[in-house]
Amino acid sequence: MRSSRIIRDAASIGVATGIYAVSFGVLSVAAGFSVAQTCVMSLVAFTGASQFTFVSVIGAGGGVAAALPPALLLAGRNAIYALSLREVLAGGRRRQAVAAHLVIDESTAMAHAQPAAPDKRRAFLATGLAILACWNAGTLAGALAGGALTDPRSLGLDAIFPAVFLALLVPQLGGRRAAGAALLGAATALVLVPIAPAGVPVMASVLACVPFLRRRTP
Amino acid sequence: MSWWAVLALCGCAYGLKAVGLALADRVPQGGGLGGSLELVVVPVIAALIVVQTVGGDREVVVDARLPAVLVAAVLVWRRAPILVIVLAAGATAALLRHS
Repeated sequence: MRSSRIIRDAASIGVATGIYAVSFGVLSVAAGFSVAQTCVMSLVAFTGASQFTFVSVIGAGGGVAAALPPALLLAGRNAIYALSLREVLAGGRRRQAVAAHLVIDESTAMAHAQPAAPDKRRAFLATGLAILACWNAGTLAGALAGGALTDPRSLGLDAIFPAVFLALLVPQLGGRRAAGAALLGAATALVLVPIAPAGVPVMASVLACVPFLRRRTP
Repeated sequence: MSWWAVLALCGCAYGLKAVGLALADRVPQGGGLGGSLELVVVPVIAALIVVQTVGGDREVVVDARLPAVLVAAVLVWRRAPILVIVLAAGATAALLRHS
């Protein structure tokens, strides 16, 4: 029962990212990358926001030196996610190396939204694999189609992702510590958005958990 | 475009994920931060929601995304399935932009 719900949720999120990936494929080819290069980025870098930023900067005439830092600022949060997923990703070294590849916003949020440990692992893998498949299929479609495709914003796609993350965050807000950390994190981001480069508001918000960490027991 | 550009992005992106995992192994088990690793991600997801809802290019932008996320919030409160939330948020933003 629970397992089928996880797979259904993972598939829903996967399809949404797949449609978004089409616009990445279009943008990347328009920026001067080949179809093969575009597909390798989605397959190996596999971190949506960074990929969009990277090809946008290069498409606008910037070099790799200009495109890499803002892309990595956005990818930095994946390191925080991997840190938080220690229990979920526990296993042999080879297993961990493969699992690390699937660490992105959606797989992390889906894992933490499940109360039981086996479900966390299942949700992480189901979401990571569903998005890996859809993200790459969408990228290939967009790279091959090219030209003028519908703006994902006109389909409301940009509003889908915060809605999904809200649905995945709420189940984690049972205790006062979690609710406090979430509110402080949201406030931190709101303050930083107008003054900090993209990526910084989300990464800096990790500090909002500090006042709510459990004190070390003597 | 040079393959070096592609490989640089790929290497760094995977490297950041692997670094997080390697750091996780160094956090002592139990007590201190060890018991709270899951809390670390809560403010980050909350911040991600804020940035994706009202974030612009170095400015706060209120557009069709905010009402769409508010509709989603009501559905989350009513414990609707993710698929319903996805469709409702997307439809709300799309309709507002086309009206």
